[in-house]
Amino acid sequence: MSPRHRAFAGTALIAIALAVLPLVVGNTLGNTWVRVLDYALLYIILALGLNIVVGFAGLLDLGYIAFYAVGAYLYALLASPHFGLHWPAWAILPLGALVAGFFGVLLGAPTLRLRGDYLAIVTLGFGEIIRIFLNNLNQPVNITNGPKGIARIDAIGVAGHPLAKPLEAFGVTFPGVTLYYYLFVLLAIAIVFVGIRLQDSRIGRAWVAIREDEIAAKACGINTRNVKLLAFAMGASFGGVAGGLFAGFQEFVSPESFGLLESIMVLCMVVLGGMGHIPGVILGGLLLTLLPEAFRYGAGPLQQAAFGRVLLDPESLRMLLFGIALILVMLYRPAGLWPEARHRREFAEKK
Amino acid sequence: MNSLLDARGIGKRFGGVQALKDVSLTIRAGEIYGLIGPNGAGKTTFFNVLTGLYAKDEGEVVFAGVPLKLGSPHEVARAGIARTFQNIRLFANMTALENVMVGRHLRTKVGVGGAVMRFSKAREEEAAIRRRAHELLRYVGVEHHAQKLAKNLAYGDQRRLEIARALATEPKLLALDEPAAGMNATETAELRTLIEGIRADGVTVLLIEHDVKLVMGLCDRVAVLDYGIKIAEDVPDVVKRDPQVVDAYLGAGHG
Repeated sequence: MSPRHRAFAGTALIAIALAVLPLVVGNTLGNTWVRVLDYALLYIILALGLNIVVGFAGLLDLGYIAFYAVGAYLYALLASPHFGLHWPAWAILPLGALVAGFFGVLLGAPTLRLRGDYLAIVTLGFGEIIRIFLNNLNQPVNITNGPKGIARIDAIGVAGHPLAKPLEAFGVTFPGVTLYYYLFVLLAIAIVFVGIRLQDSRIGRAWVAIREDEIAAKACGINTRNVKLLAFAMGASFGGVAGGLFAGFQEFVSPESFGLLESIMVLCMVVLGGMGHIPGVILGGLLLTLLPEAFRYGAGPLQQAAFGRVLLDPESLRMLLFGIALILVMLYRPAGLWPEARHRREFAEKK
Repeated sequence: MNSLLDARGIGKRFGGVQALKDVSLTIRAGEIYGLIGPNGAGKTTFFNVLTGLYAKDEGEVVFAGVPLKLGSPHEVARAGIARTFQNIRLFANMTALENVMVGRHLRTKVGVGGAVMRFSKAREEEAAIRRRAHELLRYVGVEHHAQKLAKNLAYGDQRRLEIARALATEPKLLALDEPAAGMNATETAELRTLIEGIRADGVTVLLIEHDVKLVMGLCDRVAVLDYGIKIAEDVPDVVKRDPQVVDAYLGAGHG
């Protein structure tokens, strides 16, 4: 086989595996796990967006979840009984990307002179501001419905079929979670594609240059302000799309889904997987969504079997192990589980 | 010869320290212009003001007939002034080739859409960037290191790579901040050939240098800074004999 054929065969195999996965999981572990996969895909999309800001351009952003919130609330407001609007998803999702991208520029602009810790603190503050706004914008005019959140959001519809409803095709019934899975996989692939192409372009090189030496990048004629804002905007727009998908999928949003812990979680996916390395980030997203779920369902019964009773509450055990895992990774693989070659070198240098 | 760069009354203070005071100088198109002076005389400060890294306090610069937007490094680069740094500032973890490719950023324009969709225009531009970067690496003599990381290059090669990156921005004026620092005699001689070649190809060169022999041999005209003030500006032979310059370098009362 020529390399071209081999690449084609490899792609076809991955495509088939991704297509069959939810059917196998649904029939063996149950649809709960297909739902977990759906969430994993949403987090992967989020992590890929944050990876542009943190991984490519080297800007530590701790308020990233705000853009997820913007996308989610935009969808919720435009497709729910709250305002009586019922826009179609294909119109809201691109709009969500645009609006979130705009917010990315808006929140990015005041932080342009900051780096590292200072940038992290300011973005953390911005992230919280957005959440607090959502929490309190129910008076004097009720826009976000406050802490109660917005319910009965329209499911995402594709070709007139709401994905929440099962679909009969080819003699098989595809449950809603599986349909969502397919949509999310397609969008995740599209976003991976965009990420790879951007990385390998003059824009991607400019991001790396800023990360490596901002002063030299300026002297080379790179307009660092614009290039950084572009990173913020691109990252935010990915977050906005993920937020819209989240709102349509859950059919309910409330401010508490967009707290600081979520921002940190997405950042952990990027850092744990390997900053700036798309396959690593995907791995990070998968691990940090699937493993905690496995603990949630597995830790109780496992302790029951081993000790005859549940010694540790699975929920606290989950956080404990998560903490230990993070410490271990930072100690032994500081550049992440599957780092990009360049980042590995940068970390080796700092030692 | 007509002037390429006209600096008028440049002043810069750091707190109470007057780093530059009323410095005016004129660089003519096509010459190699040297800027020398004892340590702390303000040479690098002048460079940093000129290339936009420091905000100036007074004065203005007219470059190629237009006022230069000081304080904005990328605008200065766009106008046609490229620089290197005294303490080499390469993108250490990028390859030599990538370093030069970054230098092409300014003169290329594919945006997000083009980068993602890779229209034929974008592909052609990317290929042209790559081609030009290879040419420049060959020009400065480090093409065989194209795929090596910048930080793994020998010191002299790093200096050359930085010059290649600066040339990638298509400058009218190339400003070199102590390019021979830390070089041995052979490397300095090679550097001299390279700088003469760059000038022969139509790029004006501004050179800050400690190596007085190199400056005197290479430059068409030389300006001398001392305590932030320009004390001389002329052809090397005249500057060399200027009593003020001798004082500044050797100390007042000498000989």
